[in-house]
Amino acid sequence: MAAAAGSIVASVVAAGEPVIPNYGAQSSSCVVHNHLFCTDWVSHNWGPVLWPALRGHILLALVAVGIGFVISLALALAAYRYGCLERPTTVITTILYTIPSLALFELLVAPVGPNVYSAEIALVSYTLLILFRNILTGLRGVPAEVLEAAEGMGMSRRQALVRVELPLALPAIVAGLRIAVVTIIALATIVYTIYNAGLGVPIHTALGEGPFKTELIAAGGLAILLALTADALLVLVQRLLTPWTRARAT
Amino acid sequence: MHEFLEAFRFIAHNGAIAGAPGLPTLTHLALETLRVAAIGLAISVVIAVPLGVWLGHIHRGSFAAINLGNIGRALPSLAVLAIGDAILGLGLTVVELALVVLAVPPIVTNAYLGVDGVDRDLVDAARGMGMSGFEIIRRVELPLAVGPLFAGIRTAAVFVVSTTTIASLAGFSGSLGDVIANETSYHFSGVLGAAICVAALALAVEGVLTLVQRVLTPRGLRLAEHERSGPLDPEAAIA
Amino acid sequence: MAQAAELELRGVSKRYAGQREPAIHGLSFTVPAGDVCVLVGPSGSGKTTALRLINRMIPTTSGDILLGGRSVLEREPKELRREIGYVIQQIGLFPHQTVGENIATVPRLLGWHKDRIHARVTELLELIDLDPAEMRERYPAQLSGGQRQRVGVARALAADPPLMLMDEPFGAIDPINRGRLQDEFLRLQAKVKKTVVFVTHDIDEAIKMGDRIAILREGGVLAQYDTPREILTHPADDFVAQFVGADRGLKRLALTTLAEVRLIEPDTMTREPSANGALRLPRETSVRDALSLMLTADGEPASVLDDEGNVEGLLTLALIEQMLSDEAAEAPHAGAGAGSSTVIEQTAEGGR
Repeated sequence: MAAAAGSIVASVVAAGEPVIPNYGAQSSSCVVHNHLFCTDWVSHNWGPVLWPALRGHILLALVAVGIGFVISLALALAAYRYGCLERPTTVITTILYTIPSLALFELLVAPVGPNVYSAEIALVSYTLLILFRNILTGLRGVPAEVLEAAEGMGMSRRQALVRVELPLALPAIVAGLRIAVVTIIALATIVYTIYNAGLGVPIHTALGEGPFKTELIAAGGLAILLALTADALLVLVQRLLTPWTRARAT
Repeated sequence: MHEFLEAFRFIAHNGAIAGAPGLPTLTHLALETLRVAAIGLAISVVIAVPLGVWLGHIHRGSFAAINLGNIGRALPSLAVLAIGDAILGLGLTVVELALVVLAVPPIVTNAYLGVDGVDRDLVDAARGMGMSGFEIIRRVELPLAVGPLFAGIRTAAVFVVSTTTIASLAGFSGSLGDVIANETSYHFSGVLGAAICVAALALAVEGVLTLVQRVLTPRGLRLAEHERSGPLDPEAAIA
Repeated sequence: MAQAAELELRGVSKRYAGQREPAIHGLSFTVPAGDVCVLVGPSGSGKTTALRLINRMIPTTSGDILLGGRSVLEREPKELRREIGYVIQQIGLFPHQTVGENIATVPRLLGWHKDRIHARVTELLELIDLDPAEMRERYPAQLSGGQRQRVGVARALAADPPLMLMDEPFGAIDPINRGRLQDEFLRLQAKVKKTVVFVTHDIDEAIKMGDRIAILREGGVLAQYDTPREILTHPADDFVAQFVGADRGLKRLALTTLAEVRLIEPDTMTREPSANGALRLPRETSVRDALSLMLTADGEPASVLDDEGNVEGLLTLALIEQMLSDEAAEAPHAGAGAGSSTVIEQTAEGGR
């Protein structure tokens, strides 16, 4: 049944594409001759094509990293408390991380269906290894004497965790978030194969049109720019959140 | 779970579909995937390992080496393939180029971090005993950096296998991705079967590389690793 | 290869680029072949820098360094370093190589034949009291801290270098084991008789280990170069006096055994009522220990026993006091200070 659903979606996606190249109403000579990059096409199609794809892409990534972070934090805290959980968690998340995106999306379509849930489950599963490993490393890196001091001043386990261990682990956690965000933004371009969203959609459209170079470069470039911008933003967040890491230098 | 049964039937028939003769077998496509991926990985290793090791050896370029890794991760495989397609036209060369672009950064970053992280006292001792720069790299830094170095190559290998299948989406034919990209001919059972094969192939590559890494890691290092995770040695056992 | 070679520093200076003050300034001294020279000084005195100039780990700015009469500055650095044993505080055993492979490092660099290397490793393991059969195939991670230290020394000795450089080799070891390793190294040195340059910040270690001590002050200037006894008796200036400590009199007494003291004759002693006092000390006891015991025994004199257990003479507090003041009054020898290479034999018998 889901097999049928899969082919239905594929045909829906196929039907959504214009058979005639989508040059837009106003075809400049640049577009007609399929030059490398036509700025006029980009400005005319920003609203109808590129922006919705970009917005969808951001949404896919944000939701995936958000959910992935909550799950990873829980897993890491559990493994921090009970060391025996680390190994199985690492093995499972490594297997999930290793499965190529194209395959994982399709593997999820069978039980879940070709929808946003399959897409998000796959994207979330790719964040787990990165975030789990970084959060755990960060927590383990807290010096024993600092913990002892916290205990000595009468903090409970929970208080020590919230007031001492998590803040000190923050640089490692944000470093993990950076990697996860960038990785997920890159992987979200494949989502279009099972669910009609993200910057993969215009790339797919352009590939079916010859390929139409301007759209390929615009959509592909947007995906790369988005990843780099997100990375830079997270660096900024890290600096704001951990002023003590820079105070040392002077 | 009917789809999975169908998918495994597809795998059992090695990719043959009733009424559609002349399709390539799954074995053939798997080997092609491996071939394309292996060429890309090999070129990347040849470029990236010496570069990363050398940067680590001279302890320079940490900013470049580390940010290269971040940028590498930021490049979506499909976008790289798409842009390569737009500029150069799609073919094996462009696919390999995309594989190298994606695989070099993690290898450089990890090789750099591995060699740069080798205990400076060991390098000092080696230098003090009269080793040349090359001897220090070969006898001290490389054996001690095997772990991170291989972690980078493994990450790259996963990237490369994954990207080789994605190349089919961009219209490059000659990998297991062809089946996934062509649901019209293969139906969903074929797509799912190919997806299972791709996952198995990637896991097998990862497994083999993990084994190779274990063989290459010096025994003394594994023991040291063990000790580090255990309680600190209070030097009680002297003589 | 020579068993040991004389080391001479001639006006050696080191100035790092971009720094106004030199790290080492006009350092000159000679270490006779087979002697242990300890470089000691406060932090910032450049002792480690001075050591690393010798095997050219750091380039020298000016001056010359001669090993066995030959300038090291003319030598190819790698070739030179293979001829100089090098031990650092962190030891730096290669964790990926066995004990045997670690020790074989320099012989392998020198291209020795396999059999010769094997025999040499066996010999060295026996020298440092580790069972070759058991220890050769072990990895550093399987050794205790003290064993690692000894393997580090064996590795430095592997190619029978005429000179050994040791940079705070016992710095990371706890005090009890440090004492044991120091004794062990002195026994080893008595057997191999290398020229050794030894860096430490611990003046007690310097006095114990050194045939001669070079005290450096801040800015890498040599404050005094002399035998431990001479430095304790006649510190060159206030800096040295302060550095060796207010208890230098006691430290000096620790360097002398009762055998070296001219004791009060036994015949005068027999008439004294205290002659059969509780304190009976073997002649190997240091004067410092004897003094300590006598003070605990209310200042009673002590009988010194010879090897057969007969009373050889009597030691009194007054005698020790006399010894210290005589030594201090004696004029410092001509060569005291920088540049001296004359060995002055001085014993407590010069007193009295």
